[in-house]
Amino acid sequence: MRRLALIALPYAWLLALFLVPFGIVLKISLSDIALAIPPYTPTLDFSGGWAGLKSFVSQLDFENFVFLTTDDLYWKAYLSSLQIAVIATFLTLLVGYPIAYGMANAPDHWRATLMMLVILPFWTSFLIRVYSWMGILSTEGYLNQLLLWAGLISEPLTILNTPVAVYIGIVYTYLPFMILPIYSALERMDGSLLEAAEDLGCSRLTAFWLVTVPLSKNGIVAGCFLVFIPTIGEFVIPSLLGGSQTLMIGKVLWEEFFNNRDWPVASAVAVVLLLILIVPIILFQRNQQKQQEAEG
Amino acid sequence: MGQTVFEPWNDPDAKPLIQFKGVTKRFGDFTAIDNQTFDIYEREFFALLGPSGCGKTTMMRMLAGFEAPTEGTILLGGQDIAPIPPNKRAVNMMFQSYALFPHLSVWDNIAFGLKRDRMSKDAIAARVEEMLKLTRLTQFARRKPHQISGGQRQRVALARSLAKAPKLLLLDEPLGALDAKLRQATQFELMDIQEKTGTTFVIVTHDQEEAMTVASRVAVMDNGRIVQADTPARIYENPTTTYVADFIGDVTIVTGRATRSGEGYEVRYAEGAAPIYSAFDIDLAEGDTCHIALRPEKVAISAERPEGRRNAVQGKIIDIAYLGNLSTYHVEIAGGRMVKAQTANTRRLSRRDFTWEDTVWLSWTDTAAVLLRE
Amino acid sequence: MRRLTWFNATSLTLGFAFLYLPMLILIIYSFNESKLVTVWAGFSTKWYGELLRDEAFIDAALVTLRVAVVSSTIATVLGTMAALVLVRAGRFPGRTLFSGMIYAPLVMPEVITGLSLLLLFIGIGLDRGILTIILAHTTFSMAFVAVVVSSRLMTFDRSLEEAALDLGCSPFDAFRLVTLPIIAPAVISGWLLAFTLSLDDLVIASFTAGPSATTLPIKIWSSIRLGVSPEINALSTIMIAIVAVGVITASLVTKRASLRQQAEERAAAQQA
Repeated sequence: MRRLALIALPYAWLLALFLVPFGIVLKISLSDIALAIPPYTPTLDFSGGWAGLKSFVSQLDFENFVFLTTDDLYWKAYLSSLQIAVIATFLTLLVGYPIAYGMANAPDHWRATLMMLVILPFWTSFLIRVYSWMGILSTEGYLNQLLLWAGLISEPLTILNTPVAVYIGIVYTYLPFMILPIYSALERMDGSLLEAAEDLGCSRLTAFWLVTVPLSKNGIVAGCFLVFIPTIGEFVIPSLLGGSQTLMIGKVLWEEFFNNRDWPVASAVAVVLLLILIVPIILFQRNQQKQQEAEG
Repeated sequence: MGQTVFEPWNDPDAKPLIQFKGVTKRFGDFTAIDNQTFDIYEREFFALLGPSGCGKTTMMRMLAGFEAPTEGTILLGGQDIAPIPPNKRAVNMMFQSYALFPHLSVWDNIAFGLKRDRMSKDAIAARVEEMLKLTRLTQFARRKPHQISGGQRQRVALARSLAKAPKLLLLDEPLGALDAKLRQATQFELMDIQEKTGTTFVIVTHDQEEAMTVASRVAVMDNGRIVQADTPARIYENPTTTYVADFIGDVTIVTGRATRSGEGYEVRYAEGAAPIYSAFDIDLAEGDTCHIALRPEKVAISAERPEGRRNAVQGKIIDIAYLGNLSTYHVEIAGGRMVKAQTANTRRLSRRDFTWEDTVWLSWTDTAAVLLRE
Repeated sequence: MRRLTWFNATSLTLGFAFLYLPMLILIIYSFNESKLVTVWAGFSTKWYGELLRDEAFIDAALVTLRVAVVSSTIATVLGTMAALVLVRAGRFPGRTLFSGMIYAPLVMPEVITGLSLLLLFIGIGLDRGILTIILAHTTFSMAFVAVVVSSRLMTFDRSLEEAALDLGCSPFDAFRLVTLPIIAPAVISGWLLAFTLSLDDLVIASFTAGPSATTLPIKIWSSIRLGVSPEINALSTIMIAIVAVGVITASLVTKRASLRQQAEERAAAQQA
């Protein structure tokens, strides 16, 4: 009895507020654009029985999805989201790996503090962390002031509202997600493995390539997924730092919904975004499972 | 006044405290306990002994109520305990990990079970003090489990499980986490406490020395069955199978064919070698395969053939294991068989009588060689 | 013993500079006299005064706090229950769907979660306001609580619960008196995580909040879309300070507690 209640409560909550909303998104994505407020035609009426269900299904169509393919705004947005996510993930890895490596090789009594310093930004507002770059990157911002003062440039650079700013924003905000899994992989590594590699004739650099990197592979993969998956649907960073020329699907969805008030198309955009995300999510879960099995 | 011997299992009138009746436990396809029927008597110190995976822990968890038998019944004081949940059983358990509550002090750990019985505050305090005194923990009452040593933790676990004065106390590898020296001292302490409280103890262990030391009866288990349940002395001296003989202590097993000879049997184990005589009278037909179990300490080693011994064989010393107080000689006899013989090193090593490659005589009494059917 | 090489020292210095310089600049310029954010015109705390006199900000902060406290508390209860189900309940019909629904919000883009919940609330005719934000935040943050608590439960020694049962506890008492106190740190960090996620959320709140309820992130968002503002700098500084004090205190407390425990264990082992 008690077990049933334990299962039922969170289950019911998730069904009502997670699964059912998805059903609604799916339904609306297949509905007509005509009405911007509910009820969206067609509606499902169970009193009609089987015939009602049939007529409901017959009224659904893929019009909105067809629309997504005809207007090149959408597929360009998907492609550019993917492209930005891939490049940003790679950049985050490049920045994050040396930090994780440095932490793993720091003296023991420093580690707890370093760990805290990596986690601390995670607890501070995401919005504020993105915002902090606006003042740095703007045309009259601190970076340009510094570069002008140093005489490295004579004209202020345009960084804000370009893809470069978006990359900086993503690397900055998602860096802890990359550092932590890599750090935990590196930290567990037995230091005598490198000594063994050097003993067997490796230089330090080849030992790093042949021993350290393969052994931290799981951490790298986990970190990349943790950055890549949320980046695809990112909205705040492209909106604040990217300007109008940076197309990302999260931003398109938001604008479709709030500015154009076209809910069926916004829903169709969401469904496609989800379909795109399913592959990396499944791959990520496989990787986590494999890792757990290897440890257990 | 002579002390009466504590042997309720030999008394047909004695009422057992626990009865297993045809108990089987399966986990999926795996049979952990295979149709077992046996009794445990009040005030007994009963040991379940066997290698890991033999089913001894399952047996104990069924008594505690954490597992239910697939078939058969378990009676406690004549009452079927199957419908009673673990929190209502007059059975307490001392866990292998001790399972001390890390967030509670020693005092609160011991009082935990008493508080569940809605005893008065004073009664609880009195009982906890009594348990603390019994286990010599009074000065550690306010400490948390991580603030005391392993041996003290073991005593807290014991005090906690004894506090409710259970009819039956289950001990799951109670000394497994202690180092060898502490373990020996604690074994005697356990026996002492068992005697003082008069509680029936069932102990699960894989350590044969521990079982032999503490238990009134030892049940040797293998593959979900109790192979033999008897006093430590009889388990050692009169094992009923080669499994038991081999599991308890050191032994040489010689396999051969039996021929009736007077009170016992002659066993032929190799072509052309004189048969081994054993005065054990078990039911064997002519020519049956049987086994001789020889304890190394019962085998004498000498340079000449000893007088008046029916069992004497000649062999060559292949290996000597020097253990300080003892030496074990591995002697090869007819048919390439190895027989172990043990001698006490009463003289200094440099004056040892025998060395590698020496040809020696091994001999033993008629009753030393235990005859086994399987 | 690991030594700090030049390479490691450099990468750590540059890395942490990258992580902390932007926030440091933000904090410094929040004390800037000038309205022009990028030009330093002398020290002043006037923007803090402006901020505290701005009722819209104070109201938004109060709404945010209320939403965060309520949603993280419900999420902690539901998430802990979900963790118990995941780790303890074994097989039951629909288990795969259940664990799928637990883990999905962790990787779900916020725009999708927000959109779908909004469509649900409109569909059932629920007026958007504080309640809808609370429902939305509870749903996505309970997943995080479930993950934190279930990872603690997986390493929990089941024999402790068995010991409680053996000593006469009912299963519920065993949970209340033994399991819960021991997993409490994980439950508390789950609550803190849910609380922070709720405080921090812009996207889901924007979808599910009506005109009657504006949260702090929504307010900040509408100010900074137009560019950098000194008031927001002051607000950011306050928020960063609160978090920094909280996190540093928490890590010092846990560090001291673990050092003390180690010392006590060592002492206990020696006196044996």
